[in-house]
Amino acid sequence: MNRRTLLLGTGAALGASLALPHRAFAQQATITGAGATFPRPLYERWAQEAQQAIGVSLNYQSIGSGGGINQITARTVDFGASDAPLPTAQLAERNLLQFPTVMGSVVLSANLPGVADNALRLTPEIIADIFFGRITRWNDPRIAEVNRELRIPNLPLSVAYRADGSGTTWVFTTYLSRISNEWRDGPGAGTSVRWPVGNGARGNEGVSNIIRNTPGTIGYIENAYAVVNRMPTTQIRNKSGNFVRPEPPAFQATAAAADWTVPNFAADTIDLNGATVWPITSPTYILLPTNPPADRLAASRNTMRFFDWAFRNGSQTAQRLEYIPLPANVHDAVRAAWAQNVRGPGREALWPVA
Amino acid sequence: MQQTVAAGAAGLPVSGQRRKPGSLGDRIFEALCTGAGILVLLTLGGIIVTLFIGGLPAFERYGVQFLWSDAWNPVEDHREEYGALIAVFGTVVSSILAIIFAVPVAFGIAFFLTELAPDWLKRPVGIAIELLAAVPSIIYGMWGLFVLVPFVQMHIQLAFGEQLAAIPLIGFIFESNNFAGTSLFSASLVLAIMILPFIAATMRDVFEQVPPVYKESAYGVGATRWEVVRGVVIPYTRISVVGGIMLGLGRALGETMAVTFVIGNANRMPESVFDASTTIASVIAMEFPESLAGSLKQSALFALGFLLFVISFVVLATSRWLLRSRLK
Repeated sequence: MNRRTLLLGTGAALGASLALPHRAFAQQATITGAGATFPRPLYERWAQEAQQAIGVSLNYQSIGSGGGINQITARTVDFGASDAPLPTAQLAERNLLQFPTVMGSVVLSANLPGVADNALRLTPEIIADIFFGRITRWNDPRIAEVNRELRIPNLPLSVAYRADGSGTTWVFTTYLSRISNEWRDGPGAGTSVRWPVGNGARGNEGVSNIIRNTPGTIGYIENAYAVVNRMPTTQIRNKSGNFVRPEPPAFQATAAAADWTVPNFAADTIDLNGATVWPITSPTYILLPTNPPADRLAASRNTMRFFDWAFRNGSQTAQRLEYIPLPANVHDAVRAAWAQNVRGPGREALWPVA
Repeated sequence: MQQTVAAGAAGLPVSGQRRKPGSLGDRIFEALCTGAGILVLLTLGGIIVTLFIGGLPAFERYGVQFLWSDAWNPVEDHREEYGALIAVFGTVVSSILAIIFAVPVAFGIAFFLTELAPDWLKRPVGIAIELLAAVPSIIYGMWGLFVLVPFVQMHIQLAFGEQLAAIPLIGFIFESNNFAGTSLFSASLVLAIMILPFIAATMRDVFEQVPPVYKESAYGVGATRWEVVRGVVIPYTRISVVGGIMLGLGRALGETMAVTFVIGNANRMPESVFDASTTIASVIAMEFPESLAGSLKQSALFALGFLLFVISFVVLATSRWLLRSRLK
C-alpha cells in the first residue's frame, strides 16, 4: 500500500514534469511575417515579449515593403508589412485586409556646425526649394529670414536622400507633394522618385553617413534612427503655421488629429491641420489574408492574437523605441475589421479567437 | 611488365585482362562529366532567357527607345517611365575611368616584378597582389566610403577642383556643385583598385612568357631596360595585355556593392566626374527589393540586367578572343 502510493506519486510527478513542457510546446505557435524594415526593431521586441506572454513566437523578415507585398500575395508568409497603404483595388484583388500598428515620423537632419539640435527652422516653401535644388547655400535670404537669431555658417547646401526604395521616401515625398504643387506634378510621391538634386545612399544609416561626412548637408531620416544616433534635427512649420519640434507630443497630436474612419485605415496623416502637429508622420501597416489557406488558419488566428496582445500591452515598448502608438479607438476598429473580414473556408469568422 | 603490374596491385587478384573502355563504370563517369559540362551551358542559357523574359514587358513597352532614354521615374502613376541610358552611361564611364587609372599602375607593377625586382621581393609582392584580388568587394565599399570618399572630397575636389575646372576646353568635366564626395570619380577610383590585381597579374604572366632570347638579343645590341620593354616585351605581348585589361573591365562593369557605396546613386545624367551617378548593378541592388512582382518597374530592372549581361558578355568574349593565343 505504502509502496503503491509512492509509485503512484512518482508516476504523477513524472507525468506532470513530462506534461508541462509538452503543454507549453503545444501552445507555442510560430507565425511568420515579412515586409517593411521601418517597424522591424519594434516587431522583434514585441515578438520577444509576446512569446513569454501568450506563447506566440514571431519570425519577422524585414525584406522591404515591396517584398512583403509579394510574399503575402503568394501566401508564403502569414502576414505582410508595408509602410505605404495599398490602394483598395489592389487589396481586393489580393484578398488582403490592411490595418495599422504604430506610427513613425520622418525628420530632417542637417549638419550645420554651430547650430544647436532643433534650432534651425524650416518652412514648407524652403524645404521644397531645397529639394528642388533652388537653394544652394545656407546663407540664402529665405533661410535667414526665419532664422534671424541663428548664426548659420555660409556653407554650400547639399541634399541626401534614400536611394533604395523605401517607405520613408514614400512618406517624405508625399509630404513634398502636399506642400508643393510643382513637386506633385514633377517628381511626385513614391518609394523611390527621380530626385532633382543630391546624393543617394542606402538606408537611414547611409543617409546619416552622408550628412555626418559633409557639413552643409540636409537629408530626411526616420525619427527613431535620428534619436538613437543623435542626429541633429530641425523644426518645421506645420500647416497651422506653427514651428514644431520633432518630439513625441507633436507626433501624438498627429495620431489624434488623423481621421481613422476611412476605408482600409488608409488615414491621411501627412501635413494635417493642428497647432502642435508634426507634419511628416505616417502609420505602418500589416497585410493579413482575408481568406487564409486551410493549413494556415491557426497561424492567421495567432497573428491576430499577436497584434491584439501588442495593442493591449505593447504601447510602452513602442514609445521606448520612438514609435507612436495608435489611439485606443483605432485598436477597437482594427479588431472589428478582423471579426468582419477574416474568414475561414466555411465563411466562419476567425476573430475573436475562442 | 606483368610483374610490375602485379607488384603495383599487391593483394588484388591478377586477372591479366585489361578492362575494356566502354564498360558500365566508364559510361556512367562519361555521362556525369558530360552532364556537368552541359549544366554550365544550361545555367548560362537559363539566366539569359530568364533575364530576357523578365525584361520583355519593358522592351515591348519602350522598344529600342529603352536604350537611349534617360528617363527613370519609378513613381507608380501616369509619369512612370524607364530608360537605360543613365545607368548604362554610368556603368561604362566609371569602368573606363577605372581602366584609365588602373592600367598605368598595373603596368608599373608588372614591369617591376618581371624586370626590376630582386628575387627576394618578387614573391611577397606577387602574393600581395593576389591577396588584393581576394578581398571581398564589400570591404572595398566600406573602405571607399569611410576613407576614400572624405579624401576625394577634402584633398582632391576642394583642393584642386577650381583649378581643374579652370582648364580650357575640358574644365567642365571637373566643375560640380556636388560636395558630398560620393561621385563618379570616387567610384572609378575604388573600381581601379579592385581591378588592379587582375590586370597586373595578367600582365606579369604574359611579360614572363616573352622568350628570353629576344630580350637578350636586344640587351646584346645595347638596348636599355626601358627600350627592351618598349621595343620587345610590349610589342610581343600587346594583344594579351589588351586581353587582360578587358578582363579587368569585365569585372568593373558588374561590380555592385563597392560602387553602390561610393557613387551617390543619382538617376541623373552626370555633367562632371564629381557628380553623383549610378550604374546598372547599383540601380538593381537598390530598387529590386521594393519592386512589386510583375510590375513594369521590375521588368525594367530585368531589362537592365539583360543589358549588363550583354555588355559584360561582349567584353569578356573580346578578352578571351584576344588572349586565345597566349593562355592555352
